[in-house]
Amino acid sequence: MRCKRCRGPAVVEVRRHNAAFCKECFPGVFTEQVRKAIRRFEMFGRDDRVLVAVSGGKDSLALWDVLLDLGYDATGLYLGLGIGEYSDRSHDATEAFARERGAELRVVDLADEYGYDIPTAGREGSRSTCAVCGLSKRYAFNAAALDGDFDVIATGHNLDDEAATLLGNTLRWNTDFIARQSPLLPGRDGFVKKVKPLHRLSELETAAFAFLRGIDYVVEECPLVAGNTQLRYKEAMNAIEATSPGTKAQFFLGYLDRGMPLFAQDDVVLRPCESCGHPTTGRFCAFCRARAQVLDRRLEGPGIEEVPDEDRDVARSLSDEVMPVEIYGRTT
Amino acid sequence: MKVKLRNPDRQVDLPGGRPIREVLDELGIDGDTVLVIRDGELVTRHEQVGDDDELEVRPVISGGSR
Ligand code: SF4
Ligand SMILES: [Zn+2]
Ligand SMILES: [Zn+2]
Repeated sequence: MRCKRCRGPAVVEVRRHNAAFCKECFPGVFTEQVRKAIRRFEMFGRDDRVLVAVSGGKDSLALWDVLLDLGYDATGLYLGLGIGEYSDRSHDATEAFARERGAELRVVDLADEYGYDIPTAGREGSRSTCAVCGLSKRYAFNAAALDGDFDVIATGHNLDDEAATLLGNTLRWNTDFIARQSPLLPGRDGFVKKVKPLHRLSELETAAFAFLRGIDYVVEECPLVAGNTQLRYKEAMNAIEATSPGTKAQFFLGYLDRGMPLFAQDDVVLRPCESCGHPTTGRFCAFCRARAQVLDRRLEGPGIEEVPDEDRDVARSLSDEVMPVEIYGRTT
Repeated sequence: MKVKLRNPDRQVDLPGGRPIREVLDELGIDGDTVLVIRDGELVTRHEQVGDDDELEVRPVISGGSR
């Protein structure tokens, strides 16, 4: 196979575009896709301070690499989840990358900051491990961005992630989640703007980019991923993609063009959580309720309220790990 | 030919002298879900592999809600 740009020997094949690229050309092609996404959604500009959520995996480090290369003011944020050696290796990988690139990395440890780690939350809470992990990440990233006065939070979600999430939400017709699955969520009282600049790029492409750029990312999977619903949706989509290349991109990018406008966003009224002050629709935000449950504490507000039972049931029945609760503090 | 597989890490010995695509087929691996690295270089599935080559087959799927 030959490179589409220079006819040199190809190392990456992008089947949905019926194209292949050599090791010199591919990083440029990849970067161009990221620029396109940033421009099209007006994600951020040169003067914005961007907080990049980095996990040590291929996607977030590839994203950080591109943003630094394009000259954006991009600070990394690593959140320590306390998942044994996996977390240690992930932390090391982000530190090593930051050192090599001379970039600023901030580190927040979930246990130090909020009193629990993810394995404990998975054992003690009513939500699935990945659900409480996702909730914790969204909360901690937002809190760190507010704290550090950042303009925008960038995450490394790729096309496969977004297509799998959309599939999960569509199978359940979670219309309010479908309405908000945009690569750009504007900021709003207490919520920092969030963007996903890699949403046009597949998992294979981000991995190839990271490899070709010599990024030493963590290849191993989180040991708690077993049974993860999103993973099953990815496998289902990959099975379709194998015989019909391009299906994933048509599904998600087509949704952005033609689907999203059909799903109305309901205008929820937000007020400060009585425990932590973050915006929510109820008295206490979802994070505080989940945390109180994990720590076996009662939520203290002006009045005392216990963790409502229906939270547990809703979390159980919906398996909300596929739902991006990141938007405006969904609390049910 | 040595093939290193990841997650969990393990190694298998398979005959070379064929395109990588056929090696992946034999292993039951979808070529769109892995990087294939030969002697430190990325290669496409159309590349031929020899008996003396060492391959790493590295999955690209990550799970979880991130
Ligand atoms: S796999 Fe689940 S528990 Fe592990 S980091 Fe991802 S979301 Fe968290
Ligand atoms: Zn080229
Ligand atoms: Zn709260």
